Amino acid sequence: MKLAALFVVILTGAMLIYAGQDLPAFGDSESPAYQHRMTQYFIENAESESGVTNIVTALLANYRGYDTLGETAVIFTAGMSVLMLLRRREL
Amino acid sequence: MSDIQQSIIIRTIVRIMIPFILLFSLYVIMHGASGPGGGFQGGVIFGAGIILYAMIYGIEEAKKKISDKANRILASGGLVLYAGTGLLAILFGGMFLEYGVIPLMPTTAYTAKILIDVVEIGIGMTVLAVMISLFFDISPPETEEDMHIHEEVE
Amino acid sequence: MAGIIDIVYAEYNYWIYVTLMMIGFYAMIAKKNLIKKVIGANIFQTAIFLFYISLSDIKGGTEPILLHGETSTHAADIIYTNPVPHVLILTAIVVSVSTTALALALIIRIYEEYGSIEEDVILAARRKLNPEFSEYARQSEVDSQ
Repeated sequence: MKLAALFVVILTGAMLIYAGQDLPAFGDSESPAYQHRMTQYFIENAESESGVTNIVTALLANYRGYDTLGETAVIFTAGMSVLMLLRRREL
Repeated sequence: MSDIQQSIIIRTIVRIMIPFILLFSLYVIMHGASGPGGGFQGGVIFGAGIILYAMIYGIEEAKKKISDKANRILASGGLVLYAGTGLLAILFGGMFLEYGVIPLMPTTAYTAKILIDVVEIGIGMTVLAVMISLFFDISPPETEEDMHIHEEVE
Repeated sequence: MAGIIDIVYAEYNYWIYVTLMMIGFYAMIAKKNLIKKVIGANIFQTAIFLFYISLSDIKGGTEPILLHGETSTHAADIIYTNPVPHVLILTAIVVSVSTTALALALIIRIYEEYGSIEEDVILAARRKLNPEFSEYARQSEVDSQ
C-alpha cells in the first residue's frame, strides 16, 4: 500500500518536473504572465482608477471586489460551520 | 501548558506586548491602501494577539475581553459593511461595487480610495472575529484545575 | 553534467515546489491518521502558494507598491513584480485557513463519535454500525443483481 502510494507520488512528481521545463525561468521579465496586457494595465492604471498606491489592494478591493466579497463570505461560513459542528448543544 | 501559563516572565511579557500587537494590526488594516497591508493581514494579526492572550491567561479570561456575542456581531458586521458598500453604489445608479459613482469626494479615484479603506475594515472585522472564534471553538473547554492555576498565579 | 545543473538552477523554484507538493501528496494518500492527512493537505497548499509567488517574481523588481518621489530613479525605470499572483494567493491563503479549521472541527466530531482518528478503525466501526455500508454487503448486492 505504501509502496503503491510512493510510486504514484514519484510518477506525479516526475510529470510535474517534466511539465515545469516549459515554464519561464525564475525571475524572467519576459514571462507571458508579466508581459500580458492586463498585468501592464493594472500596473499603469491602478492609481488613476482606484487612488491607491498599493496595486495588490487596488486589485483585491476594486478590480476583483466581487471575488473578495465571496472570499469574506467563505471565511464567515467556515467560522459559523465550526461553531455549529462543535457547539451545537449550546446554541 | 500549565508550566508555561504559570511562568511570571511570560505572563508579564504577554501583558506588555498585546497592546502593541493590536495597535500594529490596526495600522496594517488602515495602511492597506498605501503600503504593505490590508484587511486579511491586519485581521489575522489582531486575532493572533487575542489568541496569545487566551493561550496564556486562559480561554475564560479572554472571553471576558471579547465575548462570543461580540465575535458573531463583528463577523457578520464586517460582511454587511462590505456588501453594504457594494449596494450603496447601486443606490447611486452604478453597478455593484462600482465605487466611483458615489458622490463622496470630488474625484472618483479619491472616492474609490476612501471606500476601499471601508471595505478593508469590513474584511478585517470578519477575519479577526472568525480567527478568534475558531480558536475558542476548537480548543478544549477549561477544567477546574486550569482555572485554579490562573487564580494561584494572580 | 554542467548542463543539468544549469537547467536545475534556472528553474529551482519549480523543483522546490514539486518536492514540497509531493511530500504533502504522499502524506495525504499514505497516512491513515486524519490529522496527518490534514497536515499533508496544508503542505500541498503551501507548495502551490510558493509556486504562484515565485511565478510573480521579476529579477530586479520591487514589490507592487507604487513609489512616488522616494527614489531618484525615473518612474518609468522602476520594475514592479507581477501583482496578480499576489492577489490570487492572498485569497487562497484565507481559503486554506478556512478549510483547515473546518477539517479539524470535523476530526474533533469524528473523534467524539468513534473514539479514534485512525482511518481503518473508523471504517471498521462504521461497518459494524451500518452493515449495509460494508464493502462485502455492497459486493454481494452487485453479485445478486
